[in-house]
Amino acid sequence: MARTTFEEISAADFFYRNREIAGFTNPSRAIFAAVRELIENSLDAAETLKIPPDIYVRLSFADEAGLETGVYTLRVEDNGIGILPRHIPSAFGQVLYGSKYKPKQQRGTFGLGGKMAILYGQITTHQPARIISSTGMSKIYAYKLRIDIQRNRPLILDRKVLINKERWRGTIVQFSLEGDYGRAMPKILEYFKQTAMVNPYANLTFVDPKGRLYKFTRVTEEMPDPPRETLPHPYGVDVELLQRLIQVTPFRSMLEFMKNHFHRVGEITANKFLKFSNISPSKNPKKLSHGEVVRLMRMLKKFGEFLPPDASCLSPLGEELLRAGISKELKPEFVAVRQRRPSAYAGHPFIVEAAVAYGGEIPRRGSFLIHRFANRIPLLYDEASDVSTIVMNNMNWRRYKVTPDMPIVIAVHICSTKIPYKTVGKEFIADRPEVRREIANGLREVARRLQRFLTRKEHAHTEQKRLDIFTRYLPKIAKFSTQLAGKDKSPDIKRLLRSVKRFGT
Amino acid sequence: MERRKQKSVIIERKKEVLASLEKFGLKTYDQLDRGYFPSIEMPSRSTENICYDPQARQYILGDRKVRRNARNIRHIRPFTQLVWTALFSHELTSQRKTSTLRDVYYSAQAYEMKFKDQQESNNIITDLETVLGLSREDFNIFPEERSAVFGDLTIEYTVPGYEGKTLNLTSHPDGVMIGPALTSSEFVKTTADKVIAIEKGGLFTRFVEENVHKKFNAVLVLTSGQAPRATRHFIRRLNRELELPAYIFTDGDPWGMHIAMVIISGSANAAHLRELTTPDAKWSGVWATDIVDYKLPTDPLDEVDIKRLYELQRDPRYKDALWQREIKTFLKIRRKAEQEAFSRYGLTYIVDEYLPAKLEGTS
Repeated sequence: MARTTFEEISAADFFYRNREIAGFTNPSRAIFAAVRELIENSLDAAETLKIPPDIYVRLSFADEAGLETGVYTLRVEDNGIGILPRHIPSAFGQVLYGSKYKPKQQRGTFGLGGKMAILYGQITTHQPARIISSTGMSKIYAYKLRIDIQRNRPLILDRKVLINKERWRGTIVQFSLEGDYGRAMPKILEYFKQTAMVNPYANLTFVDPKGRLYKFTRVTEEMPDPPRETLPHPYGVDVELLQRLIQVTPFRSMLEFMKNHFHRVGEITANKFLKFSNISPSKNPKKLSHGEVVRLMRMLKKFGEFLPPDASCLSPLGEELLRAGISKELKPEFVAVRQRRPSAYAGHPFIVEAAVAYGGEIPRRGSFLIHRFANRIPLLYDEASDVSTIVMNNMNWRRYKVTPDMPIVIAVHICSTKIPYKTVGKEFIADRPEVRREIANGLREVARRLQRFLTRKEHAHTEQKRLDIFTRYLPKIAKFSTQLAGKDKSPDIKRLLRSVKRFGT
Repeated sequence: MERRKQKSVIIERKKEVLASLEKFGLKTYDQLDRGYFPSIEMPSRSTENICYDPQARQYILGDRKVRRNARNIRHIRPFTQLVWTALFSHELTSQRKTSTLRDVYYSAQAYEMKFKDQQESNNIITDLETVLGLSREDFNIFPEERSAVFGDLTIEYTVPGYEGKTLNLTSHPDGVMIGPALTSSEFVKTTADKVIAIEKGGLFTRFVEENVHKKFNAVLVLTSGQAPRATRHFIRRLNRELELPAYIFTDGDPWGMHIAMVIISGSANAAHLRELTTPDAKWSGVWATDIVDYKLPTDPLDEVDIKRLYELQRDPRYKDALWQREIKTFLKIRRKAEQEAFSRYGLTYIVDEYLPAKLEGTS
């Protein structure tokens, strides 16, 4: 009889075995995911300080690997906030360690991306990663490290401290990985372009393995206010979160506990809720039994009078910046942008921004192009399953005099403390009714404005055609009738031609 | 019988035509000169405005008018084309040149005036006819010709290069084509005392061969199916200027009947025009009753024929007893016969027996 053995695996080991859930499914996806994760970390690092990001990415070919794959060295430099030396090894060498586990709008959600990329590089090339960072103080710290996968710990191979004469601030990450750049190239370039679109205040530079330089230059230094951390909304909590809050709370009464640990719960709401759920306001939260905690969670969901989450912690791009980004990358003839009012799903606030761009350098394709964004990053895979695509396809565009053969790009940006991704790969957004409604309303508003633009354009066109007809025929009538009447001098028709002009043209 | 009309008939008419074209040009010029969009009013040619005038014995246009105004974006193009057509007609008439409908369509392009298609240019010419109350042959625009005339009639040409030359219309056994030159000729003299119009070329040739023009003292006119306007006008002139009675021979079917009727009372399409009809002309055959009386070989009437007969029965031009009787007979016997059907009695029977009987019967 075979014996079943049980063993514990570390978080790093778990992700090593299941790397596809983080997007590292194949050599082409892997190289795309690595570039993407590091850029997003860099953007976050700069935006925290409201510094316009300057990001330099270089991907260089190091060696042959498989039939279609190669070993590449990826280097990403930013001018972000920098990392304190004591956090550097863990931030890059320990999976599930990081600053991203609070309810706050941020690009990465798992704090996994950067480390996954390094982990993937390590298992495919067995090379250490180099991290150089400074917070802009007097020293620069340079690490060479590896992840101890079984123990989920960083292994520091080398550590140097340099004098920061020029007060450089930022982070440089460099490591090797196996990938298929040939396949990944279109997606990577599209990723840069769309990232530039929703981060019009960023300078992005990319040097690809063939030495080609792609530069996306900022058009503004304006940046949205950085997102703020917020307390959890009572609708969104689960038993585990309640247990943790009870463990750490310094408050000795349920009233204070409710008031201080939850989003938009004040004295009045707290009292109402405790009465509703029949819990004494003076009860010590630490004395709640396991059953009482479960009941508390149920009551939180049942109580219908909590205020909806406040979206002031969110950082939408704003209509001006979205317009600037789209104008800069797509060079359209017309852009309509609309930021919807904040809304919420399951206790998570979110804001939808919708845009439609028409004409100019946008090509006609026979169908609309849709760009989807979540917390200011582009989503490039699984387009057909995304809620924005579904909403766009279900919309009656004919009502707005818009047909699929027009050169149109639709952009939808959702920002939230928790984006309702459908999968761990973070590539498409689930069809939540609240989210769907906001997207639909946003698209309707921009579609109406596009319709007005198209109507005006058509009017101007018909008016021009009308004037052309008069200018073409009236002189002929004058000429022919002069000849027919046997006159020498043509009648003056300038005044008549002026009179057919309508105002405004 | 010899007759000499005043020579000025044709010349005078051309002067009138030029004057009315110039008048139209001057009116347009004046409107422009005074700072107005030029406009023109003309009788409407819509079906509701076409009515039968028993007095004139033809279709005429009613009182309804349409105004074409260059201020209107949908009118300015046809208005320009109208002015151009007037100018072009003026050039043709004053230089005594002629043109066909097709020619007009192409000539427009030399003036950077484009007609969408032949139909559009034809419509504009009809507009000009309506505005001026003149037919297009008056301003030297002719359709393609196919009808001819034969008989003892001497004409004098007025066309450039032939002025003063005369021609006797018996000089060619195929007949002389009724074209622009003949249409604008003066009638000099004739010995004929009647006109016989014939629908089909075969019978026309037979009549010439059998000396019908001599035996019956007749000018023979071949209409080649529905008579062109120039031919209708020509028959009218023979009837009015030379006071020759006209007899019309067609196939014995509703279509033949209508060929005769259009020569007599005109068509709805030409309701805006006068001087194309010969109200006193007679339809001499082939009648439905002839089919019965002469026991002619026949074909059955088909559905279209019968539908046409019912239409004609309600047509105001057909209200006279003779026409109504023949329509009824056609509907009763449900047969039709062509002119050639007489050949069953020999090649000359139609000339020797039928024709004298019918001329006798209808005069």
